[in-house]
Amino acid sequence: MMRAWRKFKESYLLYSFLHDKVAIVSFTILLVLVVGSFSAPLIAPHDPYDTATIDIMNSELPPFLLGNGSGSSEFPLGTDSQGRDMLSTMLYGMRISILIGLGAVAMQAALGIMLGLLAGYIGKKVDAVLMRLADIQLSFSTMMVAIVLSAVFQSMFGVGRYEEMAVPFLIIVIGIAEWPQYARTVRASVMAERKKEYVEAARVIGFSSSRIMWRHILPNTLSPILVISTVQVANAVMSEAALSFLGLGMPPTQPSLGSLINSGFEYIFSGSWWITIFPGILLVVLILVINLLGDWLRDVLNPKLYKG
Amino acid sequence: MTKLLQVNDLVVKFGLRAGDLTALNGITFSLDPGERMGLVGESGAGKSVAGFSVINLIGKPGFIASGNVVFEGEEISSLPLEKMRDIRGNRISMIFQDPMMTLNPVLTVGTQMMETVLAHKKVSRAEARETALENLRKVYIPSPEKRLEQYPHELSGGMRQRIVIATSLITNPSLIIADEPTTALDVTIQAEIMDLLLELCEKERKGLILITHDLGVVSQVTRKIAVMYAGRIIEKGETDKIVRNPQHPYTRGLIAALPQTEQRGKRLAQIPGMMPNLTSIPPGCAFNPRCPHAMDICRTREPEMFPCPETGGETACFLLDQERK
Repeated sequence: MMRAWRKFKESYLLYSFLHDKVAIVSFTILLVLVVGSFSAPLIAPHDPYDTATIDIMNSELPPFLLGNGSGSSEFPLGTDSQGRDMLSTMLYGMRISILIGLGAVAMQAALGIMLGLLAGYIGKKVDAVLMRLADIQLSFSTMMVAIVLSAVFQSMFGVGRYEEMAVPFLIIVIGIAEWPQYARTVRASVMAERKKEYVEAARVIGFSSSRIMWRHILPNTLSPILVISTVQVANAVMSEAALSFLGLGMPPTQPSLGSLINSGFEYIFSGSWWITIFPGILLVVLILVINLLGDWLRDVLNPKLYKG
Repeated sequence: MTKLLQVNDLVVKFGLRAGDLTALNGITFSLDPGERMGLVGESGAGKSVAGFSVINLIGKPGFIASGNVVFEGEEISSLPLEKMRDIRGNRISMIFQDPMMTLNPVLTVGTQMMETVLAHKKVSRAEARETALENLRKVYIPSPEKRLEQYPHELSGGMRQRIVIATSLITNPSLIIADEPTTALDVTIQAEIMDLLLELCEKERKGLILITHDLGVVSQVTRKIAVMYAGRIIEKGETDKIVRNPQHPYTRGLIAALPQTEQRGKRLAQIPGMMPNLTSIPPGCAFNPRCPHAMDICRTREPEMFPCPETGGETACFLLDQERK
């Protein structure tokens, strides 16, 4: 344990992190957002899921400091159309967004890495079939897959059931729609790695193909996987927001950032801009810091890349 | 006594679109337990293919067309993959040229060594670790406990090749195939590694096939030698006799091309021409276009192996036949 810590302290990863201001700032903001959203039940002033505490009389209150006295110090960022505290709702919503983002990426990675490894290592027909599948998958946009699947789901199980199953459903939809990103990246690295001598040496030692694939080749393809993972988390969060904005994602009773933006959208012209703008800013900041961290990680893990 | 290894008239072909290419054209050799043999020849003569075909691991599109390999009395050239995997790395192990490339860069030395033990023996992880340590000590690696935790890039080239050797010994194989084990190392390390390999093989009576183009290395370590040219063995015999008194014109050329101290100031001899491409092997003896002694028969008929008392082996050259007549 101590050794691992010391190794980490001496590592190039940490060194370059500490010498990159953008990375430090992005990481700090991301940390604050993640910690804030996952400890929402502890730190949020209100519980947006508890209908007993919501008072319709408090609806559409402006943010406290900008409201020229009409706001209430109880709701620092104002309230939405149902009288829920915006700050609390955003924290809870971001928790759902991040959860779906991470879950969807885990799903994409599991599918994509497995299929990419098989395609790259076995090659030939397996490769051709899997990669054509990936091409077909990529020719459907995430939106289209989600619309079709959610229509099927809702007609099979009913809308009520959908509200309960929305989180796992969105994870699966975004996971299925984007696995080819992983599969292609992994396949490309595997094809480069499998020609290397250590793979031949592993065969000479008598290891089975699956062992060579998982234990010897996969760890050597980790750096591109890490890099696309960051980008994919940001993409998944955005896909979720887009789906929710279109009303295909999280229901208004458990709003994610996307459904919050959507629910405020109809009030934007009546002057209640804060219901849409605040979750929007939060979403942009979240995506931006994840992408900035991804850029930094790519530069660190791929020193050959020319950075102009 | 059963032979450790017998390779009988082995033909290896590569299936290409333009037709099958013969990479090994009927090679035959055998090894007693604990015996060391050198396999020499120019690049492309088929030395490495010969090494790989012993453990039936010729990369596609290569395949064994005829002949067989008998290891410790068991024919292994037609074994199913599962059984073959038990032999690879366990009873026959292989050492490659470049230790930088043959160790996995992202796994620690310990992981890689222990994995090899665990793949072939039913032992606990702690026992595997002990075996790994023991083998690192055998190859004189200082502070072996520390090495187990290190990654290949943290070690020097010589150290890495020692680790490769330790890994190849870890399952106690009876035959080691070393494919140019010292080519990627500098000269002083080369000598160290060869001495180490020799010592370990002698101490534990392991068979060794040393594949190399360096006759100097071979004469240091092996008792027997087989010279390959264009996919055939053209001369075999006892190492010191062949090095001192080579019979085949090709072997003579190879030995004349070695730098020697008494020829100070003179140009090194070289064999004119190049080894033929496998797609265009000349009829008759494959060496005839480059041979200073080529006769008419060399251009039409392939020479068989003639027994040769001078080297204690056999030589595929009509010169030896003619002299006898």
